[in-house]
Amino acid sequence: MLAASHLTLRIGRRRILDDVDFEARAGAVTAIVGPNGSGKTTLLRALTGEGAAEGRITLNGIDIAAARPARLAAVRAVLPQATPLAFPFLVAEVVRLGQRAGLSAADPGLAERALSAVGLQGLAARPYQELSGGEQQRVQLARVLAQVWQPVGPEGPHWLFLDEPVASLDIAHQLQVMRLARGYADAGGGVVAVMHDLNLTAMFADRVALLAGGRVLAAGRVSEVLTDTHLSQAYGCALRVGVLPAQGPYILPQAAGAA
Amino acid sequence: MVALMRPDVAPQGDRSARARQATVVLFACLALVAALSLGTGASGVSLVDLAAGWLRGEAMAARDRVVLFDIRLPRLAMGMLVGAALAVSGALMQGLFRNPLADPGLVGVGAGAGLGAVLAIVLGGLLPAGLAAALGQYLVPAAAFLAGWAATLLLYAVSSRQGRTSVATMLLAGIALGALSGAATGILIYLADDRQLRDLTFWGLGSLGGASWQKIALAAPLILPVLLLSPLLARGLNGLALGEAAALHMGVEVERVKRLAILSVAAATGAAVAVSGGIGFIGIVVPHLLRLASGPDHRYLLPNAALLGAALLVGADMVARLVVAPAELPIGIVTAVLGAPVFLFILLRSRGILDL
Repeated sequence: MLAASHLTLRIGRRRILDDVDFEARAGAVTAIVGPNGSGKTTLLRALTGEGAAEGRITLNGIDIAAARPARLAAVRAVLPQATPLAFPFLVAEVVRLGQRAGLSAADPGLAERALSAVGLQGLAARPYQELSGGEQQRVQLARVLAQVWQPVGPEGPHWLFLDEPVASLDIAHQLQVMRLARGYADAGGGVVAVMHDLNLTAMFADRVALLAGGRVLAAGRVSEVLTDTHLSQAYGCALRVGVLPAQGPYILPQAAGAA
Repeated sequence: MVALMRPDVAPQGDRSARARQATVVLFACLALVAALSLGTGASGVSLVDLAAGWLRGEAMAARDRVVLFDIRLPRLAMGMLVGAALAVSGALMQGLFRNPLADPGLVGVGAGAGLGAVLAIVLGGLLPAGLAAALGQYLVPAAAFLAGWAATLLLYAVSSRQGRTSVATMLLAGIALGALSGAATGILIYLADDRQLRDLTFWGLGSLGGASWQKIALAAPLILPVLLLSPLLARGLNGLALGEAAALHMGVEVERVKRLAILSVAAATGAAVAVSGGIGFIGIVVPHLLRLASGPDHRYLLPNAALLGAALLVGADMVARLVVAPAELPIGIVTAVLGAPVFLFILLRSRGILDL
């Protein structure tokens, strides 16, 4: 269980987060959506103990603000939007950096399995810097997975915090990564993801928090939150849910695999 | 070394076995260079002759004893200490700044430490007599250490914003620091008397020529703990390679690692500069060669850097002593002549560096 109450974060005089309450349960995928600059990434950072927000956050009952980094690292892993890499590490070495931070540090074949899970089997010995942007993002996901490989640990569920995990991926890999997140939640782990793609959110999330202007506009089940009214208000343009365009091709992830 | 440089890669993308082999090879290299260094010198005393004499049960001649134990051995020990300190400082600083070009000498920390030493040499006489007597020969290293530390902190504060360290800012700040300490040194040279001028000149050139057991006793307590304890920072520095936020989420106490790394660099660089003056390129070339050979994992990089740095500096010192014997070149010239082309070669072949 992740519970945050009354989160407020100011930068200068501007409130990036304004009295935000947020909840996520293990066994579910919880998405954070909203327009650019609505505070999605800031909220995710606050939930992972990065940046000093006012308010109280507990993860599996651990007070985030007071916990040592190593204690939290054993319970949850965080995938940032972009990860710079300073030195010429190999792909498998990057994944092992994550693995060594978690509870499965001694498993010799784990890096290979984590790479297979994100569709990068066979790239273990390649220099990380030679991969494409989308491949690098999936290596980082493998690193994060390797840190909390077991969805449930000795002290309760493990958690994945993902900041736009599918942003730089093609549609096939978007689906692959979202299925991975879904599977992690189905196996008892918790997943909190900042999402831009509303279709993928509708497909894979159990619960959604819709942010606008640093506040929670709506939170709850997907069908309750992703409505014409909420979305139009949050994004500032008239949006219709479940309405097909009159003409022109359109490609929906929901239709992938349907013959 | 040639075998180590081959860029082939273990099948599973795991270079730790190769890094451990490198440790053994480097240890052997260091032992070999050390033996050669002990056996060569202007006096012509040969290690083989001494060993043969010892085997025949002859007592060592007084002159040979002095050459071996009071000249060559302290010089070897100081070369190993200083070389290891410079290489490990370079590796630590590059890990801290997440940049393979960061080097205590290149970014002004060495200049800061040098300025501290020059200040102590020229203005040390102005200190109250009691204080000066209490500090004694510790004055110059202490000043170098403190000034190097101050320069490191200043540099880090200037070039870091919100947990990100800008390389361009760091290099520019390093140039500014270097220029500032150059100007301050200029003023001090203007003020100095003849004896101080001679001391200052010796300082700037960098040399192991003044090696003595007393100097080693000064530098070792600062350098040895850094060499022995730096591997404890390896996990933190590995995490920092992915940025501070990622390191935090992987369980690294980021601020503590940063503070310890800065303190270690200031201590080791300050002490090395204090006893040997300005010796360049070891700190940047050694970690770079090792990353090419066996990867950037700091668990192996830091101890291997100590071994290779020590071996390289002792080797360079041997060259410095032999090329114009019985006189000797300042070792800074040798490391620059050997190191600068390697550095340029690295820049040419590493496309990744251009993106930084």
